[in-house]
Amino acid sequence: MATARSRGARIRSNVFAYANLAPYVFFVLFPFYFMVVTSFKSNAELYNLKSIPFWATRVITDHYSYLFFRTDFVIWIKNSLIVGLTATSISLVISILAGYSLARLRFRGAGSFGTAVFITYLVPPTLLFLPLSQVVNWLGLSDSIWALIVTYPTFLVPFSTWLLMGYFRTVPREVEECALVDGASRMQTLTRIVLPMAVPGIVCAALFGFTLCWNEFIYALTFISQTANKTAVVGVTADLIRGDIFYWGSLMAGAVLASVPIVICYVFFLDYYVSGLTAGAVKG
Amino acid sequence: MAVGPRVLEAAGLPGPGRQSRLREWWEQEHIFGYGLIVPAIVLLVALVAFPFGMAIYFSLSDYWVGSPGAFVGVTNYRAILSSETFRQTVQNSFVFTGVALTLKIVLGVWLAMLLSRSLPFKRIIRGIVLLPFVIPTALSTLAWLWMFDSLYSVVNWTAIRVHLISAPGPNWLGQSEYAMVAVIAVNVWRGLPFFAITVLAGLMAVPKEFHEAAEVDGASSWGRFWHVTLPLIKPVLGVVILFSTIFTFGDFNIVQVLTRGGPINTTHLFATLAYQVGLQGGNLGQGAAISLFIFPLLALVVFFQLRYVRKE
Repeated sequence: MATARSRGARIRSNVFAYANLAPYVFFVLFPFYFMVVTSFKSNAELYNLKSIPFWATRVITDHYSYLFFRTDFVIWIKNSLIVGLTATSISLVISILAGYSLARLRFRGAGSFGTAVFITYLVPPTLLFLPLSQVVNWLGLSDSIWALIVTYPTFLVPFSTWLLMGYFRTVPREVEECALVDGASRMQTLTRIVLPMAVPGIVCAALFGFTLCWNEFIYALTFISQTANKTAVVGVTADLIRGDIFYWGSLMAGAVLASVPIVICYVFFLDYYVSGLTAGAVKG
Repeated sequence: MAVGPRVLEAAGLPGPGRQSRLREWWEQEHIFGYGLIVPAIVLLVALVAFPFGMAIYFSLSDYWVGSPGAFVGVTNYRAILSSETFRQTVQNSFVFTGVALTLKIVLGVWLAMLLSRSLPFKRIIRGIVLLPFVIPTALSTLAWLWMFDSLYSVVNWTAIRVHLISAPGPNWLGQSEYAMVAVIAVNVWRGLPFFAITVLAGLMAVPKEFHEAAEVDGASSWGRFWHVTLPLIKPVLGVVILFSTIFTFGDFNIVQVLTRGGPINTTHLFATLAYQVGLQGGNLGQGAAISLFIFPLLALVVFFQLRYVRKE
């Protein structure tokens, strides 16, 4: 009797939870759904006030072929990949070294350096984009993807260092000490003993780093003006709009395709994203 | 105690070569420790600290794109503070941050509470909830731009069909009040996952016995939330709120894509105004001064974070 009631209560409570979650799930998904639907509609249907906007009566792929054959879309994707992979790799190496040092080694000032890294982690990119555009100029990198490869580590390194410090702290100290006693150098201890044990943290930092690079907007918009050097996000947002005319079909097709690499990473590594987010980190 | 190379040398024994002495030096914990953080420090000094100094210098000089200017003192600040656009921007920033943050806190905690139950399909729902956070904001905002279109807005189309409003409905991005509502809505849409998922992690860390004990005591669900759950998630919530404050205040993407600060500057935030003045207008001095207004809030957030982190 008691169990029957508690089971009924649980079902009721689940129904209550779903009923409350449903509007939010709709709110989250609708813009993406609408993006996809729009990208497959003909212009005639898109700009007809009498047609129902929620689905396409005839599915066409013209907007996608327009992207591939009439714009620099493929080049933008290539640029984004190069920038994302290079900047993330560089940042990862710097962060592994710094994170290990700050989490594990005892030396004077380690605490203050840790604090300094944390403070830079809180600096929003919008605070420094103007002077950085001049620095990029002086370095002779303006209007090239190198401007982004050089500047993206400024937000990737503080984030990854902070994230990795947490992972390095979980590696038991005794393991390291054994390796040192056995005659391994400190660098060998780091690369052969500690790193393999911190792989989940490194994967997490790499995924987040790549996602942050791919999604970055203000630096890519500011430092680069030539169409052929743009990243996917800026290319779609800025170059598919000519003057005041919005070609919604191709715009949405571009938005869908430029999101695909991130969605793929996300679907396969959801748990890493969650743990990276909840590491007390990530800008939101 | 280990016998170091110095001791060997002092004893007149043949000392090890230079290379192994270097190695010995490098193997010391503090030298190795400093060595490993050098790349990070160089990067952060050259590309964060130095540009920050430059921003301050720019803001005090008559610096235009392509023409380094002279030191002019606080002229830029005086010009900014007396400009109507800037005053409007200050007001927008506080309204935007205040409203968006409140909504994100309330809805985020609510959502986290719902997600903390052991529901079927929980993993999928959690995955969906996090989506707006991982998809490029500029691109998802484009979808919102299309949804708020002045002529083909799907929001209005639906509202008119269900007789919620009469045709033609609000021009979302063309009227000041509506534009602010739109910008806030998109910010909440995009920022809510961060709150929900982080608070959820905080909730999961709370031992179940706490809730059960409260249940046995006969506390109402509201009382249970207020007296048991909330105090336990307060630390996590505090960190999330501080983070979100600074990044909502310094937002650029959503406003830039949705309204570019319009109509008549009523949705400008510091970052978008700085972009317009400093880059599109070429007045780097004033632009830098405008973006530096983000700094006092940043300093405040850092102060609270550090005090908090110390306490931990």
